[in-house]
Amino acid sequence: MPDRKIRVLVAKPGLDGHDRGAKVVARALRDAGYEVIYTGIRQTPDMIAEAALQEDVDVVGLSILSGAHMALVPKVLESLQAAGMEDVIVLLGGIIPDEDIAKLNEMGVKGIFGPGTATQEIVGFIEAEMA
Amino acid sequence: MSSSRLNSVDGLVSALLAGNRRALARTISHIENNSDFARPLLAALYPRAGSAHILGITGAPGTGKSTLVNGLARAYRQRGLTVGIIAVDPTSPFSGGALLGDRVRMRDLAGDPGVFIRSMATRGSLGGLAQATADVVMTLDAAGFDRIVIETVGVGQSEVEIASTAHTTVVVEAPGLGDEVQAIKAGILEIADIFAVNKADRDGADRTVMALKMMLNLGAPEKHHVMHHGRLLPVEMPEHASDHVAWMPPIVKTIATQQQGIVELLDAVEAHRLYLAQSGDRQLREQLRAITSLRIILRDALLEQLLEDAGSKRINQVVQDVVTRQRDPYTAARQLIDHFCS
Ligand SMILES: Nc1nc2c(ncn2[C@@H]2O[C@H](COP(=O)(O)OP(=O)(O)OP(=O)(O)O)[C@@H](O)[C@H]2O)c(=O)[nH]1
Ligand SMILES: [Mg+2]
Repeated sequence: MPDRKIRVLVAKPGLDGHDRGAKVVARALRDAGYEVIYTGIRQTPDMIAEAALQEDVDVVGLSILSGAHMALVPKVLESLQAAGMEDVIVLLGGIIPDEDIAKLNEMGVKGIFGPGTATQEIVGFIEAEMA
Repeated sequence: MSSSRLNSVDGLVSALLAGNRRALARTISHIENNSDFARPLLAALYPRAGSAHILGITGAPGTGKSTLVNGLARAYRQRGLTVGIIAVDPTSPFSGGALLGDRVRMRDLAGDPGVFIRSMATRGSLGGLAQATADVVMTLDAAGFDRIVIETVGVGQSEVEIASTAHTTVVVEAPGLGDEVQAIKAGILEIADIFAVNKADRDGADRTVMALKMMLNLGAPEKHHVMHHGRLLPVEMPEHASDHVAWMPPIVKTIATQQQGIVELLDAVEAHRLYLAQSGDRQLREQLRAITSLRIILRDALLEQLLEDAGSKRINQVVQDVVTRQRDPYTAARQLIDHFCS
């Protein structure tokens, strides 16, 4: 009997030390039936890519509240690519100005979620992407 | 490397054996998911495994297991040995999901190609959690890791079973969790080959050590680890060399957050490894492991076949008969077996 589970890495790149939001999302995704690997704060792009590879995740969720997303996201995507993980679905949570959203999408970020996004919305997005 | 190579069993196996970490990660997923690839992958890898030393690290929640694993792995790396880590956390019975957070404490190991960390949820593992873990251990073993560390929260039977798949089981205690030694509460005292009293920077560590010593003196010198699984197969147990002194679990004080006591803990693990080899206990444990594996697999496979053979209509009828007390469950089971075997 196959027993496939969607696996999600929740990571906080960059230097800001608040991970309450990331933890809330991590718990919500667990409650949606996913296996959530939580790696904690201050993750370098290479650490994220390495964890994504070892854990063989389907989704990488980045939480960036510092405003440094335009600097951090390309680096994370680069590291993922270098690790051969370019197929993984990358999601981003944080306060992202409208003018950045299109650019981030173009870089390869699949979904962008502002603060206070209902977790059902994130789950629905992942389900649609995985289908 | 083209990732299409990783879309076949042969491709995965050869890449894994060549040290490709993506292939290793994918293989573990196939096994966890019990996909169509799982059985052929296990069959191909099994002959390649068998040389790693397997450590189980268990103890109450928050005692510092992950921090200790981080420290142990670093110390092993300093000795030139590679380390595979499996961090097991429970699947939520309500959602089927899991929050796997042990990597948070293992960040020192990032970027080291001699370390591979995999978080694993208990799921509803068909063949039992112990078997599922053992299969992942075997995969890391085949991939060539010298030491494999399994972290589990020691709270009950399944943890005891996982620990039984290890060669050396370290039970972690920490002071300040109440007066009792947690391992006694959890019933996992018996499986310890080594005790680590972590958080020795805190008050009460010495009391915990004393309490453990007392427990051990009460229990000594009985051999504790042999799990009897009945008489499944006629197995020749190696004679236990009668002149061999029984292993007395040492107690090691550690402060995992400060890397203190880690080398002593590692030395204790290595001493136990040597003891297992010299006393013949390693062979004994391997035999017990094989028996346990076969039992679980046979039980599940036979049950599945029997249910299929009987058909759900017949099974429902039997269930109904038992409910209405027309037949007792033993007789009913016997009749199903007789029918299956005829
Ligand atoms: N004071 C002190 N704190 C420690 C020590 N070792 C670990 N900790 C802290 O204890 C907490 C739990 O540590 P973990 O390593 O996550 O413990 P664990 O047993 O793996 O926890 P679970 O996997 O959740 O059961 C963390 O905040 C650690 O920093 C120690 O030796 N001394
Ligand atoms: Mg832990």
